Amino acid sequence: MTPTFKPQTIQELADYVALGGRLEVLGSGTKRALGRLLQPETAIDMSGFTGISLYEPEELVLEAGAGTPLSVIEKALAKNHQQLAFEPPDYSKLLGGKHKGTLGGLMACGLSGPRRIKAGAARDHILGIAGVSGRGEIFKAGGRVVKNVTGFDVAKLMVGSYGTLAALTSITVKVLPAAATQETLVFSGLSDAKAIQAMSLAMQSACDVSGAAHLPGTPSQTLFRLEGIQPSVVYRRQKLASHLKIFGASDHLDEKDSLSEWKAIRDVERLSADDARFVWKLSLTPSKAAETVARISKQLDIQYFYDWAGGLVWLGVPRSNQAYAYIIRNCLEDGHATLFRAEDDVRERIEVFQPQLPALSALTKRVKTSFDPNGVFNHGRMYKDI
Amino acid sequence: MLKMPEADPQTLKKRASIAAALRHIVPGEGVIETRTEMSVYESDGLTAYRQLPLVVVLPQTTAEVAKVLRYAFENKIKVVPRGAGTSLSGGALPLADGIVLGLSKFNRVLEIDYDNRCAVVQPGVTNLAITQAVQHKGFYYAPDPSSQIACTIGGNVAENSGGVHCLKYGLTANNILGLEMVLISGEVIRLGGKHLDSDGLDLLGVLTGSEGLLGVITEVTVRLLQKPETARVILVGFPTNEDAGNCVADIISAGIIPGGMEMMDKPAIHAVEEFVHADYPLDVEALLIIELDGPAIEVDHLIEEVSAIARKNKCSTSRVSTSEAERLLFWAGRKAAFPAVGRISPDYFCMDGTIPRKRLSEVLTGMAELSKKHGLRVANVFHAGDGNLHPLILYDANAGDELARAEEFGADILRLCVKVGGVLTGEHGVGIEKRDLMPVMFTEADLAQQQRLKCAFDDRGLLNPGKVFPTLHACAELGRMHVKAGKLPFPEIPRF
Repeated sequence: MTPTFKPQTIQELADYVALGGRLEVLGSGTKRALGRLLQPETAIDMSGFTGISLYEPEELVLEAGAGTPLSVIEKALAKNHQQLAFEPPDYSKLLGGKHKGTLGGLMACGLSGPRRIKAGAARDHILGIAGVSGRGEIFKAGGRVVKNVTGFDVAKLMVGSYGTLAALTSITVKVLPAAATQETLVFSGLSDAKAIQAMSLAMQSACDVSGAAHLPGTPSQTLFRLEGIQPSVVYRRQKLASHLKIFGASDHLDEKDSLSEWKAIRDVERLSADDARFVWKLSLTPSKAAETVARISKQLDIQYFYDWAGGLVWLGVPRSNQAYAYIIRNCLEDGHATLFRAEDDVRERIEVFQPQLPALSALTKRVKTSFDPNGVFNHGRMYKDI
Repeated sequence: MLKMPEADPQTLKKRASIAAALRHIVPGEGVIETRTEMSVYESDGLTAYRQLPLVVVLPQTTAEVAKVLRYAFENKIKVVPRGAGTSLSGGALPLADGIVLGLSKFNRVLEIDYDNRCAVVQPGVTNLAITQAVQHKGFYYAPDPSSQIACTIGGNVAENSGGVHCLKYGLTANNILGLEMVLISGEVIRLGGKHLDSDGLDLLGVLTGSEGLLGVITEVTVRLLQKPETARVILVGFPTNEDAGNCVADIISAGIIPGGMEMMDKPAIHAVEEFVHADYPLDVEALLIIELDGPAIEVDHLIEEVSAIARKNKCSTSRVSTSEAERLLFWAGRKAAFPAVGRISPDYFCMDGTIPRKRLSEVLTGMAELSKKHGLRVANVFHAGDGNLHPLILYDANAGDELARAEEFGADILRLCVKVGGVLTGEHGVGIEKRDLMPVMFTEADLAQQQRLKCAFDDRGLLNPGKVFPTLHACAELGRMHVKAGKLPFPEIPRF
């Protein structure tokens, strides 16, 4: 077991970090299995930085300690019929955690759900941060208003940095109204290629689709989520059905079924159950998704589905020493592939995140150094020495 | 007046040889060195500040940009990148000993990809030209700064520009997918692409709004959106600013995010009405212009809801656009607010703070007091939905100390914005205009961290120096420096 230090104040955290060493920044540990394997000397337990410090629904802003459980935040938002619009996923089934994790963990990993195609990603909803750099200095960036270009957008840089730059103590996010209701339009039996076309056409329409996924199977299902006020949802669902009628007849899910279907898609439940497989997350040009998957499936026995209108492919592959990284990345024309679930020893052996070109890799290293010159935080979590 | 870094006499002496070297890289008309021709570049939208550059270079390809930057890097010459020069914060203000690197020849739309809802464009393409290239298919590019006819997408990325629709559709940062940029070392880097979520650290996010301090953008991949089916505007007048502010809060609390929600105060309404005759009511203290978009069935529903909320907040007039022509007329007034104010005053400063919306009436009251204190008039236009204030300070640069008073007035307004929980700039950027106010919002530690990030991109400090940061530190010094409790050990270090 790694020894743990639990700071109660930001100053305590800063003083501890200033001592140096190799530290792991830890929320509730639900996403510990993401990224390259760490060998920290000490884990910093961030649960001392917990609680909502500011929530003003009419200002669309919420500030909370980085260690605040997401469940607490989502409960507070739901009371005011608001939400984090990027639809934070719950990967506890996929990664073996017990719950949804903390706000800090979510932002550090930069995770977004199906609504990302309409509402943007986690990084599009961060407004400000406070924390401690790897130099042991307390700093802040951003603010608490939705429109702010004062200085570099350091808050955005923290999202998806996997805790390699700073230990955040406080995070301010933009919150948005939750939709009154939702329905999902369903087409059955489309091939992957047809489904990609249908999703592209839907996204090009004015129907304001807030989720577009394709689930292969017998029969396959292609799903389009429509959210808003009831009459608008019904109108857009009918309009989209007619817009896509070349793809055949469609059916629809009512609010209750729609909610549970999209939760399953968001949480990658299809690939969670089969522990025997490793899981990859592919981000790619949506129109190229079906051909990319076809190339991979010629070489590998895969389970998969598409989200983000094809721009996101979740891929389950059989266990292997190298997780077939070479084949998968070789089949990718653009975008990137992340090994999302695999054994520790595999994550130690191969690059979990898509390797970068030399100039970008060197720049990334310099950015890391600018926050954390001695490699104190989550050293090597993203790339070698980063 | 704000001071700029001292020009390096050695560089000034080498002007002719620098121009000659640049001509080797960019032949023909791509290098401008006569005073008359360079005068076009001597200022941007912050016209109170003027400076002739050392020389202007207008490369045409990424390879040329890379060579120019590499040359500047090797010879330690400063570079100021420039798009259309519409910055209101002096972001493109030249330096006497710096090369102005203009991107105006990068003016092509390279690819339109409807299947993936994006377009790949060069940085010198204007914001509006992107929409014009795709509108026949019903698409548009969402951020719409007032200068959209002239401002370029490269400049929009550098400033993270907004517009009247950003509460619902986001700023530039939320509407671009990829970038090609050149570092001062001449290295070409691509970030993101047509896929969502660029890999690795979010450098795309950092570049957006970096005001030309980190790299020169040579290509942008933007998201395209399908235009909403319908849009209607409701124009609502209120007897007090407070009522208008409450109305805005109630609309948002009701779960409604309008496509646009603008507010104007009485002086702005009157200036505009005299200029464009948009039929705005003149007997109100505040006017809200609220646009609702989506399918007709949804828009009709929302118009009713918003009307009811307005009535509850004691509105004195309320009109809904009944045709597209009328909708555009309602907007015409707001969009002409700056030139309208330009008619009633020889000069004006356009400020750009953001505040938590609920502090609006308090800030407007404070501004009225400051107006008295500084003896200058102010008119307010306000992106009410997202709390972004644009006070227009009216002055006459030729009248005694009015320019200095206007600058002080502006600084006081921004201090007030920060005091109530807001920020110095919502969409215009820090540039030189708000540079010396940065310590009002940030501690030394905050600023040192941002400057270290700058060093990761440009450790010689050659890209757009003198902008954004009130104090220049050498990167080596920043590396050694430890900031205790947010304060430097030597607070008396000189600021320029």
